[in-house]
Amino acid sequence: MDSLFTPNRHRGKLIVVEGIDGSGKSTQISLLSRWLRSSGYAVAFSEWNSSPLVHETTRRGKKKEMFTPTTFSLMHATDFADRTERYILPLIRAGAIVCADRYAYTAFARDVARGVDPRWVRNLYSFAIRPNLAFYFKTPLDTALSRILGGRDALKYYEAGMDLGISTNVEESFRIFQGRIIAEYESMTAEMGFYVIDATQSIEEQQREMRAIVLRAIGRSLKKNVLRAPVVPAGILTETNGVH
Amino acid sequence: MASTKRNRRRGALPPPLTPYSEPLPGVDTTSLAGKLIVIEGADAVGRSTQVNQLRYWLEQEGHAVLDTGMARSALAGKGIAKAKDGNTLGPVTMTLYYVTDFADRLENEIVPALRAGFVVLTDRYIFSIMARAIARGEDPEWIERVCGFGLVPHAVYYLRARVKDLVSRVVIGRGAFNYWESGMDCHFGDDMYESFVNYQTRLIRTLDHMSKRYAFTPIDASRTPEAIFSELQRRIRSLQLKPVNGTGRAVRRSA
Repeated sequence: MDSLFTPNRHRGKLIVVEGIDGSGKSTQISLLSRWLRSSGYAVAFSEWNSSPLVHETTRRGKKKEMFTPTTFSLMHATDFADRTERYILPLIRAGAIVCADRYAYTAFARDVARGVDPRWVRNLYSFAIRPNLAFYFKTPLDTALSRILGGRDALKYYEAGMDLGISTNVEESFRIFQGRIIAEYESMTAEMGFYVIDATQSIEEQQREMRAIVLRAIGRSLKKNVLRAPVVPAGILTETNGVH
Repeated sequence: MASTKRNRRRGALPPPLTPYSEPLPGVDTTSLAGKLIVIEGADAVGRSTQVNQLRYWLEQEGHAVLDTGMARSALAGKGIAKAKDGNTLGPVTMTLYYVTDFADRLENEIVPALRAGFVVLTDRYIFSIMARAIARGEDPEWIERVCGFGLVPHAVYYLRARVKDLVSRVVIGRGAFNYWESGMDCHFGDDMYESFVNYQTRLIRTLDHMSKRYAFTPIDASRTPEAIFSELQRRIRSLQLKPVNGTGRAVRRSA
């Protein structure tokens, strides 16, 4: 664990959520980041696979089904490097809390489920900043599937692991591939020191648990180190200010 | 794993056309009949001139030739060109973008061509990617392992010249310094000339350092293009390329 990532020696903090699609992690990190922001902290948000620099290449590669396990892994690492160099690292240095929806662990789970060597992909991401907190949203496959299948009409090619030729049936391929990803997450839980959240609980219960963990694990350090918005005197706090 | 890596570093390289340290998942590299020849060297040292002439000569001799080079992949070539236009590419991002480009060409062009018995001539290889990363301060062990899926070539011809030769080629031949060839993204000097000199000095030092470990064949590139070409011809002849009746086509399957 110690040599896996680059230690965070800066004022800011990094909080990440992980889990398969349909685990509810995005809802939770969004609620958490709003809570932190309303507590006065400077908060930023970074999503997996969202760098504008490589966006066009990734989109084309997916559309034309050009990826192999190796290029899929490298392309996502390039995206991650761009977000790290231009966004995550400078903000953490400046003292912000960066909340990330998926982090390098997503690559460790997905790429390895595609057949990429686990040690190779860990080395690939060794430039990543080590998170202060990493939450894993543990979900039974069927729960996640029913959430996803209810919400979208088509499963995407790479999300369903169709590139691996496991099955010609998209739904079956998705089930098998996501099952492999869950197995990878489970096997790295101890190695990575994940805080495991039972994602079958209600949204409110999960959020309460996350906030308690944040306060317990890094609460004092947040108060001491993290950049805060200038205090607004109570009298001039209008409704619009309160909302944002 | 760590011990095998260390042994390899001290001892001999794996045989040609096998990966340096990491297998390529899902790619069969067992029955490759062709030859892989790498031309390496700093910017403006004259690599592409030599590759063009070598290709012509080898084809006259009856060999099927694929030539390839950096940022020419179907997947990432355009993206890299666009990213470099913006001058906003961080060093790790640039390195990984080039590795992605290399992996795409290796899997979709180089390996299929080798399977079909082609002579593959490549203008730069993983060594330039690694040297650029190391010259920018990245961890050598990190990038070496990232590039470990590269196949060992039959020969690596390292065109070597002094920085002052490169400077005169840039000034006389091209008339201006290039932002990236000068390493201006890392600001190695106060102006493009100074940055070019410092950056290229680092690159040459890094390539020199790799020369022994990766069994480069150094070629004195301060001579005329004709002299360099005839040395390359002589050395390639000694590789004893067999005329091969290639049947497969070295192109990406249509998507």
